[in-house]
Amino acid sequence: MLEIPQEMVDRVVAHARRDHPDECCGVISAKDGAATRIFEMENAERSPTGFVFDSQEWLRVYRDIDDADEEPLAVYHSHTATEAYPSRTDVRWSATAGFPHWLLVSTRSAERELRSFTIEDGVVTEEEVRVT
Amino acid sequence: MAIEVRIPTILRTYTGGEKLVEGSGDTLTALLDDLDSRYDGLRGRLITDAGALHRFVNVYVNDEDVRFLGGLETKLADGDSVTVLPAVAGGSR
Repeated sequence: MLEIPQEMVDRVVAHARRDHPDECCGVISAKDGAATRIFEMENAERSPTGFVFDSQEWLRVYRDIDDADEEPLAVYHSHTATEAYPSRTDVRWSATAGFPHWLLVSTRSAERELRSFTIEDGVVTEEEVRVT
Repeated sequence: MAIEVRIPTILRTYTGGEKLVEGSGDTLTALLDDLDSRYDGLRGRLITDAGALHRFVNVYVNDEDVRFLGGLETKLADGDSVTVLPAVAGGSR
């Protein structure tokens, strides 16, 4: 289960809409397992079919999280023409990216589509998004 | 020649849980060879069989991504700090 405040859900969705038709990406950090902050990041690839964290921005964000004794909780990104479900590319990167949760949003229609997954050893498992 | 190396959570299984380790070498390649002599397997997670930096990791020397410096041949000096982070990417394609 991924438990995040309504404000973060709204921020993720707004970010995805704003960057559409390109994919958006970002990070949610946590302290002692509870979501604390959201970092809207640049998609260095600026692509409608992929995202890459800008390496310099990611270093700053990671330091900020680490210095605050927080940990990366979730990586979020959007799919702009397909469902909010991890692609093979997502599964491949999940093995080394080190995020417990993959939060996906789809901007393919006006309907809000937000889903969360754990991906372990290539196995995708959908989980509840509990909005607080 | 001491160089401080920050290891991300996902690679700490190779460093006995240590977040900060020290190594030596006058290039990044030499440093990784030195580290691998004490932290078996770490080098293999950073460098491909073909000898290139793995695309799944970012390595920074003094906060600069080595892909924009000299890659694995980036020169190191005493007191430099190296940070390793997982690269993060994905997408619908």
